[in-house]
Amino acid sequence: MDRRKSIKALVLGTAASSILIDACKTSADKQNPATFADAFAGLDRMKEEKAAYNKIVAEPDFFTKHEMKTITVLQDIIIPKDAVSGSASDAKVHEFIGYIVKEKTELQTPLRGGLRWLDLQCVKRYEKSFVECDNKQQMEMVDDIAWPEIEYKDEKGNIKKNGKVKPNMQQGVNFFNLLRNLVATGFYTSEIGVKDLGYAGNVSNRWNGVPDDVLKQYGLAYTEKELKECVSFEKI
Amino acid sequence: MGEFTIKKQSKKYDAIIVGSGAGGGMAAYILANAGLKVCIIEAGAMYDPQKNITQLKNPWESPRRGASTKHRPFGDFDACYWGWEIDGEPYTKETGTQWDWWRARMLGGRTNHWGRISLRFGPKDFKRKSIDGLGDDWPIGYEDIKPFYDRVDKLIGVFGTNEGLENDPDGFFLPPPKPRLHELFIKKAATTAGVKIIPSRLSILTKPINNERGSCQFCGQCNRNCSYWKADFSSTNVLIYPALKTGNVDIIPNAMAREVLTNDEGLATGVSYINKDDMMEYQVTGRTVIVAASACESARLLLNSKSQRHPNGLANSSNVVGKYLHDSTGAALGGILPELFDRKRYNEDGVGGMHIYSPWWLDNKKLDFPRGYHIEYWGGMSQPAYGFGWDIQYQNGKYAVHGKQKQPGGYGASLKEDYRFFYGAGVGMAGRGEALALESNYCAIDPNVVDKYGIPVLKFNVKWSEHEIKQAKHMKETFKEIMHNMGAIITWGGDDDASNNYGLESPGKIIHEAGTVRMGNDAKKSALNKHSQAHDCKNLFCVDGGQFVSQADKNITWTILALSMRASEYIIDEMKKQNL
Repeated sequence: MDRRKSIKALVLGTAASSILIDACKTSADKQNPATFADAFAGLDRMKEEKAAYNKIVAEPDFFTKHEMKTITVLQDIIIPKDAVSGSASDAKVHEFIGYIVKEKTELQTPLRGGLRWLDLQCVKRYEKSFVECDNKQQMEMVDDIAWPEIEYKDEKGNIKKNGKVKPNMQQGVNFFNLLRNLVATGFYTSEIGVKDLGYAGNVSNRWNGVPDDVLKQYGLAYTEKELKECVSFEKI
Repeated sequence: MGEFTIKKQSKKYDAIIVGSGAGGGMAAYILANAGLKVCIIEAGAMYDPQKNITQLKNPWESPRRGASTKHRPFGDFDACYWGWEIDGEPYTKETGTQWDWWRARMLGGRTNHWGRISLRFGPKDFKRKSIDGLGDDWPIGYEDIKPFYDRVDKLIGVFGTNEGLENDPDGFFLPPPKPRLHELFIKKAATTAGVKIIPSRLSILTKPINNERGSCQFCGQCNRNCSYWKADFSSTNVLIYPALKTGNVDIIPNAMAREVLTNDEGLATGVSYINKDDMMEYQVTGRTVIVAASACESARLLLNSKSQRHPNGLANSSNVVGKYLHDSTGAALGGILPELFDRKRYNEDGVGGMHIYSPWWLDNKKLDFPRGYHIEYWGGMSQPAYGFGWDIQYQNGKYAVHGKQKQPGGYGASLKEDYRFFYGAGVGMAGRGEALALESNYCAIDPNVVDKYGIPVLKFNVKWSEHEIKQAKHMKETFKEIMHNMGAIITWGGDDDASNNYGLESPGKIIHEAGTVRMGNDAKKSALNKHSQAHDCKNLFCVDGGQFVSQADKNITWTILALSMRASEYIIDEMKKQNL
């Protein structure tokens, strides 16, 4: 799309105007638990923590309805349902993001700015906001910002590079990196995500050492000294 | 009645203890069990591990998913209230110097969340000046404190192994847990590098030692305090609540000590404090006053306790209070161990902390720095928390996943595969070393600033010396060799150099502050005698990290406990002899 056309779309297009109007509305949906008791059932909190939390949740939601809708579409592109587990939406990752931006206010500008950057890109390309684009258009857009370029040292200390970012897309890549981080953290700290990872702890247990088959897999064994001096339990 | 009154309590105690951490908790336990009437003044809130629970919670039970806040800097499930900054309680630093000051504000203090690393000092650690000419010797030796270490081992419980090491003494150990998978890799790699590895020594009960406490259930969450089984050491679970059962202990929480009060003869008569809840001023009186508010808070309290008899602050005719402030050194690095990619899942939480560690294994006479360090290790499949999965592009863009080299970043089912593939492959290590206790490193009362209670605050003036920086350099070289031997790839902390002191943490960061109210035989060069008793005021004692002459390459808690037990029994003895 040429530049003139995109400016026209911004000024006159229905898509552009609908985003801008919607962006000014505040959300009617609650993006985080309303009361302290809902949020921290049974978790020890000192009184200053309760006060700080209540203050945060009493403030209006940070994201507009439109921004939240965009985040919800993006989070399920990042973490969709697959054979192992559900999607980011299934794990209510957007609710976590809605809360954490109010607490970690340094996240607000990069997320708000990144979401608007994304919509403007879509308006230029498709004359529609990101959420109004069809699936093919959304994925074309995402593919331009989902693959960062990285630089790293290999085992010999040589500088290596992987990935390639198109011109003028780096701001979008930075936004997508941040959103990927938040979505992954939100998902893998949810009940669905912890189960997906297979984290098997946080329960009363008897640590009896590395399982035999795992020791065998890595060609390792406990020494006689270790077996003699360490605590061991009867196998159940 | 005027608008400003001071409420004086009529009850006279045998001992008033300021602070309820390791030192204060042990003093309360010993004195109360000997039948003495004890009052504990605690600047923080009441806290009962049996009711105030963060243990065995899932990450989604915190709306911030375990992220840290100023109230819980070590994460939302950590047991410690407050830390690096406290609302209304500032401190200041001299320009060009560094000090990060951790302050727990709760019953039991930082013992509710500490690492449970319980190391005895060795014979050499009390006599460093005689060995390398730097700093000072303690007025006591290992033989003086050994019986108390023995009793602390038995009373509180610690796992480990008797290795017959000269400066890492044997003790009364419970059996240690077997190493985890990454610890077996580390052990092999470190041993190849000539670095000694032995089972760690943590105050966690791998077997029950009495009917009051259970044994470890291997949830790996000692930093949340063991609410369910009381299987790790915290002052609350193991000392304070048992001491309360004697009926001899009163606790005044949310009470910020203002001054130690003295009489015309210069003897301590009690403590004045402000109640943080009603903002009223109070005084309690007692036969003895024991300060255990943490090295720096105890120094602050003494320096603020000026009187005609003690114009330079209490116990400070030597002018050493606040000086010789030192923390452990710390430097760390970490990375991933490709051999652990796509690993089998099982519960490897283990105890809260490492199952193996490296005591100092070299001779400083052959090195360019005078004091040693120990190494702590971590890694494996831990409970996910805020920050999990961050910057996956540096993993999936670098290492093949199931044999396939991908582009960095991405999304979708392929990305989910990557998070699973890399989970549990992290390893890391940190050195904790002995810093020199220097007179030029100190905290003093800031003449310009008071906190919200009107109490003058501390101003810090601490700089690392060449000795600590050289030690950090050696740590980093050692860690790199271990990582290399293991086939691990360093992802952070590997590029530190002289420009950032080789990653040496700023002083205070390791939260082992000591030395500010040091003991010694010479009353001109020390605040306390060898019984932790003030040279200038015979019924005043200091039983926290303040009394340390030097702090070895060992975490200081076990020595605080032993010294506090020793001082408390001295107090009982002196009272019997009517010397106090």
